[in-house]
Amino acid sequence: MPFYLEIIICICLLIGGIFLLIGSYGLARLPDIYMRLHAPTKASTLGITGVLVASMVYQSHLKGAFSVQELLITLFLLITAPVAANMIAKTALHYRTKALDRTHGQELMETIRDRESPKPPSES
Amino acid sequence: MLFPMPFHSFLLFVVWLLLNNSISAGHIVLAVFFAITIPWLVTGMRDEHPKIRKPWLAIRYICMVLKDILVANVEVALLIIGPTRKLNPAFVAVPIHLSTDLGITILASTVSLTPGTVSTEVSKDKAWLYIHALHLTNEAELIDSIKQRYEKPIKEIFGC
Repeated sequence: MPFYLEIIICICLLIGGIFLLIGSYGLARLPDIYMRLHAPTKASTLGITGVLVASMVYQSHLKGAFSVQELLITLFLLITAPVAANMIAKTALHYRTKALDRTHGQELMETIRDRESPKPPSES
Repeated sequence: MLFPMPFHSFLLFVVWLLLNNSISAGHIVLAVFFAITIPWLVTGMRDEHPKIRKPWLAIRYICMVLKDILVANVEVALLIIGPTRKLNPAFVAVPIHLSTDLGITILASTVSLTPGTVSTEVSKDKAWLYIHALHLTNEAELIDSIKQRYEKPIKEIFGC
């Protein structure tokens, strides 16, 4: 395997690994469930993409043909990650999970739960 | 009818071959089998989708979103590493004017994947998208950027 390919693979793996680590760290560190949602939907998508790109380069070199499975995995991930995040947020709201005290717009949470339109400020 | 959804059949056929990275006879037979049976099974659950009016704009939109995802990742990573006590989370209601379910789905997914926001819910009348921001600096600015940057192109792509 040529040296430049090894460099590319290493860089992709490093970037992917760092972002995955940050994503997991955020999951453990952020204070409430709504904030925790942000870590895996964002940091992890880029992390997985980095690892998959590295795999793509390696496999393409190994087989001598362009490997596209990794691109498909990335695509499916990009489609499913927001849906999963949305379902978790919905569930949390449904169970009236408390948000962090300093969260703005907490008065909206009941409205969001009931899927109503927000009341104009004059009424509330 | 053998192919109730010709485009989906084609897509399934191609994706199956790509997933297996081979065009051997066995996989082609399997791909044809899936291309025929899956659309046949799900055709009853289908609802009407709007047509893409401006494919070129759609491609540009996808490229823009991919770039934004990169930026979002770095931003959120920095926020996560930084001091959590300074974070300013918020629920925000964003008024939306998209008439189709597909458009709303795409907008909500885009919002989830891009800087500091996760979409949590859509109001029953489909006029409001509720999002949770990890670090809110300016509510009006955030709403405006979502409307200008993402809602407008989606509206144009589907012509609604």
